[in-house]
Amino acid sequence: MIEAPDLSLAALAPLLFVFGAACVGVLVEAFAPRESRHPVQVAVALVGTLGGLVTSLLLAGEGLVTAGGALAVDGPAVFLQATIAGLGALSLLLFAERSLDPARSAFVAAAAVPAGSPRDRELMTAPRVQTEVYPLTTFAIGGMMLFVAANDLLIMFVALEVLSLPLYLISGLARRRRLLSQEAAVKYFLLGSFASAFFLYGLALVYGATGSIRLSAIRESAAGAGGGVLLVLGLALLVVGLMFKASVAPFHAWTPDVYQGAPTPVTAFMAACTKVAAFGAILRLLYVAFGTSEWTWRPLVYGIAIVSMVVGAVLGLTQTDLKRMLAYSSIAHAGFLLTGVIGYGSGADGTGSGLGPTMFYLLAYGLTTIGAFAVLTLVRDGDGEATHLSKWAGLGRRSPLTAAVMALFLLALAGIPLTSGFTGKFAVFRAAIDDGAWPLVVVALLASAVAAFFYLRVIVLMYFSEPAVDGPTVGVPGLPTTIVLAVTVTATVVLGVVPGAVLDLAEQAARFVG
Amino acid sequence: MSLTNYLVLAAILFTIGAVGVLVRRNAIVVFMCIELMLNSVNLTLVTFARASGTIDGQIIALFVMVVAAAEVVIGLAIIMSIYRTRRSASVDDANLLKY
Repeated sequence: MIEAPDLSLAALAPLLFVFGAACVGVLVEAFAPRESRHPVQVAVALVGTLGGLVTSLLLAGEGLVTAGGALAVDGPAVFLQATIAGLGALSLLLFAERSLDPARSAFVAAAAVPAGSPRDRELMTAPRVQTEVYPLTTFAIGGMMLFVAANDLLIMFVALEVLSLPLYLISGLARRRRLLSQEAAVKYFLLGSFASAFFLYGLALVYGATGSIRLSAIRESAAGAGGGVLLVLGLALLVVGLMFKASVAPFHAWTPDVYQGAPTPVTAFMAACTKVAAFGAILRLLYVAFGTSEWTWRPLVYGIAIVSMVVGAVLGLTQTDLKRMLAYSSIAHAGFLLTGVIGYGSGADGTGSGLGPTMFYLLAYGLTTIGAFAVLTLVRDGDGEATHLSKWAGLGRRSPLTAAVMALFLLALAGIPLTSGFTGKFAVFRAAIDDGAWPLVVVALLASAVAAFFYLRVIVLMYFSEPAVDGPTVGVPGLPTTIVLAVTVTATVVLGVVPGAVLDLAEQAARFVG
Repeated sequence: MSLTNYLVLAAILFTIGAVGVLVRRNAIVVFMCIELMLNSVNLTLVTFARASGTIDGQIIALFVMVVAAAEVVIGLAIIMSIYRTRRSASVDDANLLKY
């Protein structure tokens, strides 16, 4: 006789909402007539993610372990679930934009038709749109929300795959430049499954060393026996697998290629939501399972943070494509986030640590980066988005509003005061300094200065260069993109000028239950 | 026979898989090497389950098999789509995105 595990449906409501919407989306794809599919899919996906957002906000202050101990619905889980659901809804709005591309969608009409074939050229300009992306994305969002609440390594692995598999597919679905997009999907898939194999081997070794995959049990076992070689090796492999998803250098090889090749709305989704989810899992693994053996992971994370900041900032300088540049920027930001992770507090449950600042940084960075990619979808030429830097020369004169919005996002990414980027950086650096990691903060400040150069270069190019004769056109965004831009601009300014309330919220949420 | 032998065998298989991913050029073979890595993990898990007397490891191995099957579906679909366009599954030919 098997006893059913206790399930708190209220605590699982955000997950149920999102996964439910994804399942409904699959049914809609199968049964709804083609003409009505697009609006229905968008509505289902938005209802699911916004429902997930609202229900997770209602769970604020919750702190319980449910589903037989497999899920922890605590402060960080709820905060990050709300962040992921909100950012996911914004990305879905970018997916749903239909007025920018002459073909009415950023996604391929029939993914199975070989790129470049006569049929493909015919479909390229046809108004037919692909709607599988909506359920796939909703599944990915659900996987991410499960990832940050996973309280044992098996759930963490399953969630990792649930979020990754749809991402592999949707990064290959661009309508234009299909070869690049397919290549990005192959690279992402091969490297992604390589990394999850490492994660899995780490899981097996930790299981062997401690006899359990429950995070709290690993913590007890690690504190008692010290763990030994197997545990340290297992921890290292688990960290490699998670750092890959968070696109931290030196595990970043896929990031620039996939960010460039994937359709821009998908890149926005990956850059914002995947990063939040991966850091949520990193924080939980390091603080809950390995919180007592911090000597083991601190030097490792310390080194990785430095490598990531330096690689992101220095290689970002040499980029000529805006999407690639933002990819290196995301690698540098992963390094800044790790400085927050280093700031390990005195409290056993993560109180007084870098946890709150890191979660605030994730929210601020996610909103800014979605906004930046949304602007990229506006600037177009005959072959889709014009992402080459030279095309952006003199944009300030051609379209002052677009240039101003982009400039705001770039300043926020550079961390200029009065933007959300500054507040986030200040908070994580202070957490690291409080913990005595000032050499790391010095490196981070130098890397920020180097990174600021390539953000400011774009601004200089937009405002102080002559516009090219055959320059790109700036599309008029439809309602979805306008909403995304309005929300992200407002959030970037508000989180920079009056961040107090949200910072307090993140601080209050920073309690793991384990 | 000592259980350590199984762990060593699994570690060897995992290493063969990892090296294969890095040196082989055909996307299908790379993918097979990844599957080899996953299966070596299964062997490790089952061995540890036997050693510790719990069945958690065996259950995890079942989960891994299911996930691996899902991964095969996605992976082959992606590799197929690129093969139909390029008539080649070599990862060296996929070189439009660089620097």
